[in-house]
Amino acid sequence: MAVMNMIQALNAALDIMLGRDPDVVIFGEDVGYFGGVFRVTNRLMAKHGLTRCFDAPLSEGGIVATAIGMGAYGLRPVVEIQFADYILPAFDQLVSEAARLRYRSGGEFWAPITVRSPYGGGIFGGQTHSASPEALFAHVSGLKTVIPSTPYDAKGLLISAIEDDDPVIFLEPKRIYNGPFDGRHDQPAIPWSQHPASAVPEDYYTIPLGKAAVVREGAEITVLAYGTMVHVSLRAVEEAGVDAEVIDLRSLVPLDIETIVASVRKTRRCVIVHEASRFAGFGAELLALVQERCFYHLEAPIERVAGWDTPYPHAFEWDYFPSPARVVSAMRRALEG
Amino acid sequence: MSNHRALSLHIPAPPSRPGDAPDFTGLTLPELGTTRRPEVLTHEAEMRDMPYGLVRVLDENGVAVGPWKPALASEILHRGLRAMLLTRVFDTHMFGAHREGKNSFYMKSTGEEAIGAASSLALGRSDMCFPTYRMASYLIAREYPLLDMVNQIYSNAADPLKGRQMPILYSARAYGFYSIAGNVGSRFGHAVGWAMASAYKHDDKIAIAFVGEGTTAEGNFHEAMTFAAVYHAPVILCITNNQWAISSFQGIAGGAETTFAARAIGYGLPGLRVDGNDFLAVTAATQWAAERARSNHGATLIEFVTYRVGGHSTSDDPARYRPTDEPAGWPLGDPIERLKMHLIALGEWSEARHQALVCEVTEQVRDAAKAGEEIGVLGVSRPDRREMFEDVYKEPDWRLIEQRRELGI
Repeated sequence: MAVMNMIQALNAALDIMLGRDPDVVIFGEDVGYFGGVFRVTNRLMAKHGLTRCFDAPLSEGGIVATAIGMGAYGLRPVVEIQFADYILPAFDQLVSEAARLRYRSGGEFWAPITVRSPYGGGIFGGQTHSASPEALFAHVSGLKTVIPSTPYDAKGLLISAIEDDDPVIFLEPKRIYNGPFDGRHDQPAIPWSQHPASAVPEDYYTIPLGKAAVVREGAEITVLAYGTMVHVSLRAVEEAGVDAEVIDLRSLVPLDIETIVASVRKTRRCVIVHEASRFAGFGAELLALVQERCFYHLEAPIERVAGWDTPYPHAFEWDYFPSPARVVSAMRRALEG
Repeated sequence: MSNHRALSLHIPAPPSRPGDAPDFTGLTLPELGTTRRPEVLTHEAEMRDMPYGLVRVLDENGVAVGPWKPALASEILHRGLRAMLLTRVFDTHMFGAHREGKNSFYMKSTGEEAIGAASSLALGRSDMCFPTYRMASYLIAREYPLLDMVNQIYSNAADPLKGRQMPILYSARAYGFYSIAGNVGSRFGHAVGWAMASAYKHDDKIAIAFVGEGTTAEGNFHEAMTFAAVYHAPVILCITNNQWAISSFQGIAGGAETTFAARAIGYGLPGLRVDGNDFLAVTAATQWAAERARSNHGATLIEFVTYRVGGHSTSDDPARYRPTDEPAGWPLGDPIERLKMHLIALGEWSEARHQALVCEVTEQVRDAAKAGEEIGVLGVSRPDRREMFEDVYKEPDWRLIEQRRELGI
């Protein structure tokens, strides 16, 4: 075991996979010599060689297109999109190509690519460094969407994503790269070293895609969250003094429906929390699934806490970013309902 | 007061519209034999005249002349002729089958058969072609079973793509033919990535990719060109300039200002402009670019100048936007007639043998179509409905299993 922050855990996953599989290649903007703007690919080029981890032109569409071609050849490319806000130029490649290649070719070709991208707000990133586009990808048949919330999960999930033979969108909550931010922006940042999930095995291990984690067991209400919102939700539960069950989805597609349904049927109440804007966000799908499968167990309407239906604003960071207080209010409504 | 005149917006227009006489005077066609053949490993900077030339081999009498004349075994010429004829007859038959309601859609490649057939025979089976939807001759030249094509077009129970794709969007990995999709240009960069992978693995395979001239306007054309140049990818990037993108003439894609081959210069890639109706010229250019790629000198851009003789698809009527006799006025002639004339000039062919071959391939197409119809045409036969839910992922997740069960399967 070593103590790692999320950046180090992701770096370790990439390092291990480069070492284990000669077909793994890493590329993206500034990921080579420099090691990435967030240091996730730090020293990988020096250790594994120029052709294993290299810089790419500033072209998200080109990065994903070439990765798909490499995947069709038999490589296992792991590409980085510098910010999830900038993944949209590659959207056509992801939706029209990566997601459908296996289906449309009758299984002759497929794209075992992993697209890593820092996402999410809480860093005064404004409109183009804060986005949470997971619902765009969850809606696309053929893509998998994975979001870790701890260093331990980040490493194990990234290794699974790389080994997966389907295209995986791997969104990294950059607000918690260095520490488990719980929404208390007026308090000093906490490093990962003070959190038990910073204990990361140095060797290879995996966490299966499609398995949620019950991060806090409880009997009164179920909170569904992922990414930074897992920590915000845990904080809210603590502040409210509620016996809530907090589930970190970890993977949106495939979704661990069994864990969700079992929890809500037990607690009979549900709050869904995400940073992305509310309307047609991933929370809407979660809400629909819980309603369909737990209707006769529910004691109250399902609550959603989400970003507002606006572009991500700069000066209003803490009015936009879902706070523990908003999660507390939603839990109270659900408990009183 | 400004001394400038008011601005005016320029909208390119083709030289002739329905009712006008065809006019190809705007097409630059250098004299046969005047376009030089640089050594394969020449530096790109020494070849910047090439995109403005035109690689041609066959003269008007079918005689092969000039520096690009390839050394080709006559077996290849015969295979090429057969593939082109087979493609044309197949196109005609399946277009007709659409009119009879046997399939939902079809696209012919009439007039463009040399490009696929010649490049296909010039490359190896382990090389990968990233085709457009107008490249059936590439597959046919490799003797891909016609019946599999028919089954795909009919989406019947034996469709290799299991009823998931519109007609002619073939996929044939074993024949070096990448999965086609309806959206244009988005596989151009896949070819570059595939070629980069071959180089990464120290392999000897190369990729060839095609887009139409209309698609060069897509961003993914620029992306692919950039990546191909930056990483010296062993790929041949081809533009099939057939003058028309549905109803838009090639000037709408930028072809009225310069040649499409000249796009290469800005990326630092060699650009060749080639007579796409000249089987020998297509072969020579493909061989040149393939040798360059295989010797680790990277990518080449080739513009094949040709003409889309048919409508864009079964859903298109070209009489609404261009003169009906425009195809007949195309100065580069017909690829099949030109190769036929060449073989006759070589003393290897005759009208009688040609007619016999036409009969033979017609019968071959009829047999394949009949066999496909016996399995079933669209709506009569189809693959197992379970196939609708397979291959979305390597393994279906619970949603797909539940949804399949909802259909009772």
